Amino acid sequence: MSRITREEVANLARLARLDLAESDLDEYAQQLEIILESVAKVGEVSTKDVKPMSHATGLVNIFREDVTKESLKREEILRSAPASEDDRFRVPRILDEE
Amino acid sequence: MSDLTKLSAVELSSELTKGSVSAVEVTKAHLDRIDSLDKSVQSFLHVDKTGAIKQAEEVDKNRKENKKVSSLAGVPLALKDVLTQQGVPTTCGSKILEGWIPPYDSTVVKRLKSAGIVILGKTNMDEFAMGSSTENSAYFPTKNPWDLTKIPGGSSGGSSAAVSAFFAPLAIGTDTGGSIRQPAAVTGIVGAKPSYGGVSRFGLVAFASSLDQAGPFARTVLDCAMLHEVMAGHDPLDSTSINQPVPDVVSAAKLQDVKGMKIGIIKELGGDGWQTGVLNRFNESVELLKSMGAQVKEISIPHSLYALATYYLIAPSEASSNLARFDGMRYGLRVDDGNLSAEEVMNKTREKGFGKEVKRRIMIGTYALSSGYYDAYYAQAQKVRALIAQDLTNAFKEVDVLISPTSPTTAWGLGERVNNPMAMYLADLATLPPSLAGIPAMSVPIGLADEDKLPVGLQIVAPFMNDDRMYRVGGAIEASLKTKWNGLLIDQAPALGGAK
Repeated sequence: MSRITREEVANLARLARLDLAESDLDEYAQQLEIILESVAKVGEVSTKDVKPMSHATGLVNIFREDVTKESLKREEILRSAPASEDDRFRVPRILDEE
Repeated sequence: MSDLTKLSAVELSSELTKGSVSAVEVTKAHLDRIDSLDKSVQSFLHVDKTGAIKQAEEVDKNRKENKKVSSLAGVPLALKDVLTQQGVPTTCGSKILEGWIPPYDSTVVKRLKSAGIVILGKTNMDEFAMGSSTENSAYFPTKNPWDLTKIPGGSSGGSSAAVSAFFAPLAIGTDTGGSIRQPAAVTGIVGAKPSYGGVSRFGLVAFASSLDQAGPFARTVLDCAMLHEVMAGHDPLDSTSINQPVPDVVSAAKLQDVKGMKIGIIKELGGDGWQTGVLNRFNESVELLKSMGAQVKEISIPHSLYALATYYLIAPSEASSNLARFDGMRYGLRVDDGNLSAEEVMNKTREKGFGKEVKRRIMIGTYALSSGYYDAYYAQAQKVRALIAQDLTNAFKEVDVLISPTSPTTAWGLGERVNNPMAMYLADLATLPPSLAGIPAMSVPIGLADEDKLPVGLQIVAPFMNDDRMYRVGGAIEASLKTKWNGLLIDQAPALGGAK
């Protein structure tokens, strides 16, 4: 049974903000199918009463004192921005013009 | 002075301390070699000549003024292009970050600089550290100095190639599922992944945050340990950084004795499907360890058979979330014709800026995290991860370290696996279980495979924050093989471009 259709790839790409070319959808569908079929193997393991592990250190909630510190300079950050204006990032329109 | 590029970091350190050579001379010797030979290897994405010489001049000045300098001051290093260095381009091997100049140093770079280590430049890598061959770099593939038609491993293939080509005695890599150990193995050098949290991730561009760990490459175990010591230690800027003393890896590397150590062979990592020459060298190492007085026995890590599936759910899931930051708004590439909405700009920027493997992993992660699939994929993978870690914890109740071959095969041909993602993923089979458990592991060279005369690595795995144990075993094996070979394995590598 096929897990991943062309439409499914298009939907994943939409969720992941990737404007995939139509011509690439079949290749991705085929590859994702093989990968997902292989990773589905985790389902064979009995994990009743097993607590999920998110990382190795066991550390939780590392706090620091709430004091102000020097941060990076605005102009240094904006130097790498694709576009900036008035000391701010300039971004494309976010709302539709209506 | 003989060829400075042939010396180890320890040897260079001793010459520099004696004053028989200056840091500038050492740096220039390495830059010259890069200049004349990296055309064929292509290990560097960016060589920072001016910056490196400036750093070296600073070290020489400090020495002249009798200021206290660290033992590695003036020793050159190659830095994987996934760690930020202020004022020097950082691309992560991706077009989406082409031209980005980071405004800050990663903690690793800060530590290197304060130790006076000279950073020669940024090395090539699989895009966002996703890959095992460095062919997923958006710029060019790096070649294996042992055979320029073969891959140098990945994702830290630029770093492994630079050290094995004698462009630098030291390099930094990062390892998420094997990206230091596998490249070290296939290029015949030493590479270590410290305990997760042992080295700060601040300024390391994130791929899979719960797995990413920076670590050292070198041609000798002691050099590797010395760099490890410089990099490691608590950092308040990384909330997963371990606030404990750094294990004494340098003393351990010098011990050269494994008498009485209990060593476990991971039963599941070997056998059918593994290259015969790799297994032959591995079996010889086992005999060698026994002859040196170690107690060796086979030990089962039953859930390691699920490590590949677990990793290729967890890592892409974290990646799909981490790489959401590349939206074309604040840094890096932006694809915009002036009439597009912000969302359209994001979609087009990410489509153009990311390569195929990165897109595949983002989509796998998006799938595994999406409602309806989350429990069966991501949540289940996290539970299997816990079982793998538990298996390893149990094993360490019986043995001090675990061993396996580092990778199922030696270096394969460029292009052989690029269109077959699953075949590429199989290179990580042995390196994944320690990654998932967050425990330290390293690869040391143990010889050449019979079939292709290419390097084979031995993986040594230690318990959490007991990184010193793997260096003890690695140092002992190296010392014994060095006597047998009358030198290091890397000394057997063919000369590049006819030059020696």
